[in-house]
Amino acid sequence: MTFVPAPLGLPELFAGIIVVALNVYVLTGGADFGAGVWDLFASGPRRNQQRDFIAHTIGPIWEANHVWLVLVVVLTFTAFPAAFATLGTVLHIPLALMLVGIVLRGAAFVFRGYGSRSQEERRNWGRIFAVASTFTPLTLGVVIGAVSTGAVGVAQAQIGAASFRSVFVAPWWSPFPVAVGVLALALFAMLAAVYLAYETQDGPLREDFRRRALVAAVAVFVAAFGALAVAHRDAPLMRAGLVGSAWAVPFQVATGLSAITAIGALWWRRYTVARLAAAAQLSLILWGWAFAQFPYLVPSDLTIRNTVAPRITLVIVAWALAAGAVLLIPSLLYLRRTFATQRTR
Amino acid sequence: MTDLLAARSQMAISLGFHIVFAEIGVAMPLMMVLAEWRWLRTREAVYLELARRWAKGVAILFAVGAVSGTVLSFELGLLWPGFMRFAGPIVGVPFSLEGFAFFTEAIFLGVYLFGWERLSPRAHLLAGIVVAVSGAASAVFVLMVNAWMNTPTGVTMAAGRIVAVDPVAGMLSPAAFPQALHMVLASYAATGLAVAGVHAWMLRHGATRDFHRRALIVALWVGAPAALLQPLSGDISARLVASSQPAKLAALEGQFLTQRGAPLRIGGWPDAQAATTRYALEIPHGLSLLAFHEWNAEVKGLTAFPRADWPPVAPVHVSFQVMVALGTAMAMVALWAAWVAWRKREIAEQPWLLLALVLVAPFGFIATEVGWMVTEVGRQPWVVQGLLRTSDAVTPMPGLIVPLTVFTLLYVVLGGVVVAVIGAMVRETAGEPAGDVRGPLEVRA
Repeated sequence: MTFVPAPLGLPELFAGIIVVALNVYVLTGGADFGAGVWDLFASGPRRNQQRDFIAHTIGPIWEANHVWLVLVVVLTFTAFPAAFATLGTVLHIPLALMLVGIVLRGAAFVFRGYGSRSQEERRNWGRIFAVASTFTPLTLGVVIGAVSTGAVGVAQAQIGAASFRSVFVAPWWSPFPVAVGVLALALFAMLAAVYLAYETQDGPLREDFRRRALVAAVAVFVAAFGALAVAHRDAPLMRAGLVGSAWAVPFQVATGLSAITAIGALWWRRYTVARLAAAAQLSLILWGWAFAQFPYLVPSDLTIRNTVAPRITLVIVAWALAAGAVLLIPSLLYLRRTFATQRTR
Repeated sequence: MTDLLAARSQMAISLGFHIVFAEIGVAMPLMMVLAEWRWLRTREAVYLELARRWAKGVAILFAVGAVSGTVLSFELGLLWPGFMRFAGPIVGVPFSLEGFAFFTEAIFLGVYLFGWERLSPRAHLLAGIVVAVSGAASAVFVLMVNAWMNTPTGVTMAAGRIVAVDPVAGMLSPAAFPQALHMVLASYAATGLAVAGVHAWMLRHGATRDFHRRALIVALWVGAPAALLQPLSGDISARLVASSQPAKLAALEGQFLTQRGAPLRIGGWPDAQAATTRYALEIPHGLSLLAFHEWNAEVKGLTAFPRADWPPVAPVHVSFQVMVALGTAMAMVALWAAWVAWRKREIAEQPWLLLALVLVAPFGFIATEVGWMVTEVGRQPWVVQGLLRTSDAVTPMPGLIVPLTVFTLLYVVLGGVVVAVIGAMVRETAGEPAGDVRGPLEVRA
């Protein structure tokens, strides 16, 4: 596929904002999920310290992190209602599973932190928190993978004509979406381990998280190549976009470089660099996906332009977004500062 | 069970669950701020303890509200893709604004919970005020969406589809103000009286601490005025329903025949087959008077509408009766408390009033649930009144009984745990003042 100059305007801006919000969500909420993964796999002599530190870093932020996902959902149904309707219909099952994971995870985290004074109950909530944290990224990746195969759009057109399996199951229960699910899990786990290693002041604990980050980085490589391999058969659009288009080469190089930088920085214990490189790697993969399927929202027929809401809606929401950003970004930084000061107290 | 009924049930359960936490999220921050303000004014430590304990409760309940709200935003697409395809561009605007209000609330709740030592007292109080205001704003924006579904404005239709939208006109539909007012007052009344009831129960069961007396008074300051104003707000809502959704009014009053000087029916069981409401206490001309403020106003009966456009009459009528009865009881108890306070007597020393407060404690939440039954079931078979039928909005996915079962179980477990956790927190306050009321998270920090 060659780069087709598509019109760039308000609709494309909204699609871009949605990807930005998703990007912030995977960098913040994704790391929260990843931290839960390391809660599940806490091991060795410092397993309790690992768990305590994980709970401590997630702290009060998770509610605020989750609103990025809500923003993605709301902007999608406001700006591209037909795309949202199709996603909700065909991907009902993985989205519902993702919701179950989000609910259990969020609730379990709070109950563990605030609720019971009994150690055993806390442990049980901790277990639910950890399992749900591991399960949910898989479903999120499956959803994204399914969208990019183009099967969702095809299935929507077959509703009523084809079997339940081929409309509501096959589009997401296939090798490529599952591979993307595993990739998402590995990425979140790596990101979280890097963040945790960066944030702790405790030497041995830091080594624990460093080792975990390196293991996860290897898992990311394996999952990424696995996904690319099955993309050949299952997601030709994605593969064409990622491999064949004009912008693809610099993009691939940048993604690869950030991956190598992250591993190198971890190896040489440069945690600030590792954190930036890991965040860059995840962001580049996300944007690579977004550009590869541009201008499609739900390939192979729903595009930004043919699902977009009336212009007046976009204009009003754009102003609201601008005003909201002016108010909320400083507020969010203020929250982080308050929390950081509290922590080092 | 048909898939449509399963989808409606799942949405009803999700909303019914979320709304309790949404109401608490609107009202509890106000109470917590009032307690902190009293502490700053009087420097009585008991108010600080109160603000901290309530804040701890808010943290948990807000989190549950946040996740259940996230579920709802997804369910709009999972269950009602037809609605979103149809109405996304118009309901998306208030939903976006609600997103911002919710974001603000989440951020400043974080600042509030973790800023006790970090912020100046004034800045801390201000953070709490932002939480309280943005909580109420969230409710207003969501109610704008529901109001639009009842009295849609700002859309131009052609061939069953919306061809032009005016989202601002959509947000300011006729029902927007009455519904937002009714719901915000409901939040304050339900939460305020529920919390008052909890503390009244503690006082009746031997807790002598000043803590509970003060908590009771602050909770009543939030709950009682709202409970007293709610009947007036209900009157505004009912008159709007009478003029804009006559079939809904007919269902909630059990009015089958079009009639001048229609009676008000108290109680009774509507029989849709026989098109009559039996066993009701009828007050002559009452309905005409209430709904149109006119002795002989004509009230349209259900038989004036095609049978296919009738809402399920019995559940709507009974829900409405229950809501009005519970609301009236709450207003009465609020009036009683106001009388006692006006006579400069200590509310905590009035055993019968305390008992009444305990009894009405759950009324507000029950009234909220049945109130939503009235407005949602009463609008059926429409999801957007007159424009889109619910059966055209539902997802084509079969087997919806499965997600209904899964999410119901999830909510049952979640609800049970919330009750257990909050119960444990309340019981902690029975004895002497605890030295450390910070949550484990804060203790670790």
